[in-house]
Amino acid sequence: MAVPILKQSQYLIASIQSALSDQDLLGLRDDLARLVGQHRARGVIIDVTALDVLDSFATRTLRAIAYMTKLRGAETVIVGIQPDVALAMVQLGMTLEDVLTALDLEEGLAFLNQRLESSHGSQ
Amino acid sequence: MAANRDSEVHVRIQTSADIVAARQQGRSLASQAGFSHSNLTIIATAISEIARNIVEYAKEGEVIITLINDGSNKGVEIVAADQGPGIADVSTVMRDGYSTGRGLGIGLPGARRLMDEFEIASEIGIGTTVTMKKWVA
Repeated sequence: MAVPILKQSQYLIASIQSALSDQDLLGLRDDLARLVGQHRARGVIIDVTALDVLDSFATRTLRAIAYMTKLRGAETVIVGIQPDVALAMVQLGMTLEDVLTALDLEEGLAFLNQRLESSHGSQ
Repeated sequence: MAANRDSEVHVRIQTSADIVAARQQGRSLASQAGFSHSNLTIIATAISEIARNIVEYAKEGEVIITLINDGSNKGVEIVAADQGPGIADVSTVMRDGYSTGRGLGIGLPGARRLMDEFEIASEIGIGTTVTMKKWVA
């Protein structure tokens, strides 16, 4: 099932609605890499609140998306990792390393706004 | 002690969509044993890893999830069996970071960390069977 991606000002918001297969995750990766350029997005939010499992493949793909969009000039923030999912990821041995995360969509948007403001301020 | 076996589900694994089906059916069956929500997430994650191993290396196989009970404790047993190429050296694949496929080599050692018991039997040209268990208490 394809993940709906909404455009909100300079951001793209991918709102995952149900469990994703590996193919769906790769589709999300490819869609975001393309849409960041098409919409000249500066930020991407991936909302994983609906996911009850983040296994090694999903974690690796989210990390790839964050790096790819960064190379295209947009920061990605992963929001909504559930507490049980976070626990399972730690026990599995997966990390998101330097990928940005926030509690929920609201925090993710605030975080991106702050980051873009401070990057304008330093120019 | 031999554990009593209550109900079980079989999930045929051929595509990545079957990985999702296996972990959803596993979670649903395991919830009948009385696992906490966080343990159900852990079980579903472990199923995902071993089912992916089938898709990646053997192309097809089966995941069998069984409710077990040793008299004093309830649990779940997950068997992932395939007739794939087999693994030459099981101790190597159980090392973190070892992979011959697209993966990070975290799947099998990661699944072992998530579960209480974990065994892997493999023979070249015959196939691989992973058996893992988690107990409620």
